Formats: sequence, structure tokens, C-alpha cells
Amino acid sequence: MPAVDIQAVQKTYPGGTQALLPLSLTVREGEFVTLLGPSGCGKSTLLKMVAGLLPPSAGRVLLWGLPPDTAGLAQRRLGFVFQDATLMPWASVRANVRLPLDLAGVPRGDGDARVRRALAGVGLARFEDALPRELSGGMQMRVSIARGLVTEPTLLLMDEPFGALDEITRNRLDADLLALWRGRGLTVLFVTHSIHEAVFLSGRVLVMAARPGRVVADVPISEPHPRGPDFRISTAFSQYARQLQDILLQASGDSGDADARAMR
Amino acid sequence: MSPRAQQVVWPTLLACVLLALWQGLVVALEIPPYLVPSPWRVAQVLVADAGMLFSALAVTLKITLLAFACATVLGVLVAFAFVQSRVLEAALFPYAVLLQVTPIVAIAPLVIIWVKSPTLSLVICATLVALFPIIANTTLGLRSVNPGLLSYFQLQRATRWQTLLRLRIPSALPYFFGGLRISSGLALIGAVVAEFVAGTGGTGSGLAYQILQAGYQLNIPRMFAALLLITLTGVLLFALMAVVSRWALGSWHESQARSE
Repeated sequence: MPAVDIQAVQKTYPGGTQALLPLSLTVREGEFVTLLGPSGCGKSTLLKMVAGLLPPSAGRVLLWGLPPDTAGLAQRRLGFVFQDATLMPWASVRANVRLPLDLAGVPRGDGDARVRRALAGVGLARFEDALPRELSGGMQMRVSIARGLVTEPTLLLMDEPFGALDEITRNRLDADLLALWRGRGLTVLFVTHSIHEAVFLSGRVLVMAARPGRVVADVPISEPHPRGPDFRISTAFSQYARQLQDILLQASGDSGDADARAMR
Repeated sequence: MSPRAQQVVWPTLLACVLLALWQGLVVALEIPPYLVPSPWRVAQVLVADAGMLFSALAVTLKITLLAFACATVLGVLVAFAFVQSRVLEAALFPYAVLLQVTPIVAIAPLVIIWVKSPTLSLVICATLVALFPIIANTTLGLRSVNPGLLSYFQLQRATRWQTLLRLRIPSALPYFFGGLRISSGLALIGAVVAEFVAGTGGTGSGLAYQILQAGYQLNIPRMFAALLLITLTGVLLFALMAVVSRWALGSWHESQARSE
């Protein structure tokens, strides 16, 4: 059974704006799928519908065969990481990571043990008692990832998680994320507008275009794992990147996007 | 000198210079005490009339603290109600503003006529003065939640109650304490103003009443002494609230971290 089964889902806002044309997509257990596209292509909307936060206008989403708003499903099996670390500034790193467990009513002692494991997993074991503002942006993002993983989800939904970080930090976190994905057999649905990030991380890239939001291509990245820093400077990497860029430019041309046409 | 020491040393030094100047001028120009008493004379009266003045202070302080407590409880309750329901806020907020902009001296006579117990009537007046900043600040605080965190709570299917307890209340605390600091001073002002109104009617025993009586008797030094007590009380209340807020928000809140 696929982890995510999106069946002819579309989103039309009141007033007739088409945020997302009908879209079907299945993500198998253990896959790393990236949604790549410019702002306004509906990739975050799609992620929200998968999370069950936003109802589709038509079609349906199934997670392991169940609708996403099934009681307890999201808390047990989904992890979320956003673009901002969105940590509680008044709470310690430990309390921040324990938040999803607290909300689900996990006893504190049990929770703390899981928090320690999650923080060790992102290399922040020594910072349990720190406050978020005492950490760098990259470390805060790691805390956010630990919070996403502490519930031991099987599906991780990530909405441009490293978009606000510098390139060096972002590359390192990308590599860490791949290691976590492989180590835990996670299924990841990842949203980004970085071509290089999409190529480096993904098993499959769905290229999206804006106005109206739609999927224009489904590109497999068949580079084997583990992928190290060498992959980033390989010919294969450049070829994938070029292929994705061409599709993006082509698609934005079709959308009548003046800025993108000027780029060509 | 450390910045904190400077905050204490310079104002104290200025006070000493001004007091010395005042004392010198009053003595040199032989100004009679029923016009401007010298600081020394005021201090003497403060000691001589200590029994009368401090029991008056106790009365005023009791009304101030009761009103402050009422305003805090009431203000927080109203703010919670506002945040739970937009309709309620839309319906009630204009009346909260109405209450705020109507001068207390104008309402006080009515309250004093309507309410039999003098203490209760004064507490009501002072509460009305102190209430608004707590409502406004706490409502603002409960609303000013990081939208990213709010959607994270939604994603985790947090209940309304969990969101209130774990997200809205901690986010609101710095605003709430800001409101407390303003209201503590206002409660004192409200208490004194209401005592004045009540005092002109012949009832009362607080500091404002002492000022009125001293005025009738042209006992200007005692008037100054009472005034001094009111001012000191206000300053102490404000300082106390600052300490309480720093203690409660401690080292963990961003707003405190930035201001240090």
C-alpha cells in the first residue's frame, strides 16, 4: 500500500482562482519525493492537503489507505518541519522537542528519553537545556527536525525547511537529512524551490508550475545512495539540474510569466 | 561605574542637589512655611504626624491593592473572553473604551452615592481606572502568537485548551506584565481621585482626605508630607511590578533578553 495516495486532488479558491489543477500522485513507503517549483505553484497547498489541514476542492488524499483526518493518524505517523524553526522562544530545546509528545499525552519520563534520542540523532545532545535564541539558525533548524522526528513518524512532510539558511549550512543539513532518511526508512515529501537541493536529495522530483498550479514533469533521480559531496560536482548532477531547469523555464513560459521569459 | 549603578547614583545625586537648593532658598528668602515649607520641615512633620499619616497611607494602599487585584482578575477574564469570541469582542470593546475615556471624577460621585460601603465604592472607582490597560494588553498578547507555531499546533491536532495553555498564555505574558506595570500606577491614581471625591462629601480616611484636611487648615507641611507618601507609594508599586515581571519572565523570555 502506498504511503501517500493523492487521487485527482484539486484546489479552487472561492472566486474561481485555480490554486491547483487536478493532480494524482502516489508515494511509496520509503521514497524521497520532492515538489519543486516557483512561489505560487501550489506546492505548500498540496502539502497542507496531505497533512489534512486543508480540504481539497475535489478528489481525495489517502495515507496508508486512510483519510488524513483519521483520529490519531497525524499524531502517530506524520512529522512536520517548516521553513522557520518555529520554536517556542520561552522553552528549552528539550521542551520544544517534547512538544508533540506532550500534546499527544505521552508521560514526561518516557518523553524525555525519546527527546534525548531525537536530539542525539541530529547531533545536539549537549544542548537540551539551551534556549532557542542561544543557538545558530542551523542549530535551531536541527531542533525543529528533532521535533519532527521525536514522534518516530513514518512520513515526514517538509515545507522548504532549509530555505532561510546559508548554502553551506543547507548542504550539511541536506546530507544529514539523507542519512536520517536512509537510517530510519522514512518516507519524505519535501517542498523546495532549489533545483540543486531537489537533485541532491530526491529519488523523484515533481516539477510544478504556477498560474494555475500544476505538475508538469515527474523526473526520477536514479543516482545510487549514499550520495556524498562528490555527487554535487559530478556531471550527472549537472545534467539532472539542467534537465529540471529546462522544464521549469519551459513551464513558466507556458504560464506567460514575464520574469521567467526575460531570464531566457 | 556599571549602568545599573548609574541608574541609581545620578538621580539620587540630583535629588540631593535639588533638596539642598530648596532648603537654602526657603531659609535665605525667609519664605513662610504656609506657602512653601522647607524639606526639613516636611520631614519633621512626617515624623511628628507619622501615626496619622501612615494609617491614612494604609487605607489608601488597601484600596489601591484591592482595586489592582480586581482589575487584574477582571481584565484577564475579559481578555480571555475576547480572544475566544470575535463577536463578544466586537460587542464589548467599544464599551471598554468608553469606560477608559470617561474621567473617573465624573463617575465617582455616582458610584459613591449608589454603593453604601465606602471601601467598596472607592475600590470600584479605582478598579475602573486600572482595568483598561490590562484588558487591552492581555488581549493583544493572547493574539500575538507566532503564526508558524500556531499552524504547528493545528498540525499536531492540539485542542483549543492545549493551544491556550501551551501557546497563547506564554506568548501573552510579556504583554500582560506590561499592562500590570501601567495599571499598578493607575490603581493608585484612581484610589486617590476617588478618595478626593468621597472626602469632599465628608467621608474618608485615606491620604487624599489628609491632603484635603491639611488644605482647609493651611497645614501646608503636612500636605507636602502626604503628597510625598503618595508619590513614594506609586514609585514603589511600579518598581515592585518591574521586579515581579522580571522574576516571572526570568531569563527565558526573548523580550527580557533583548532589554538586558
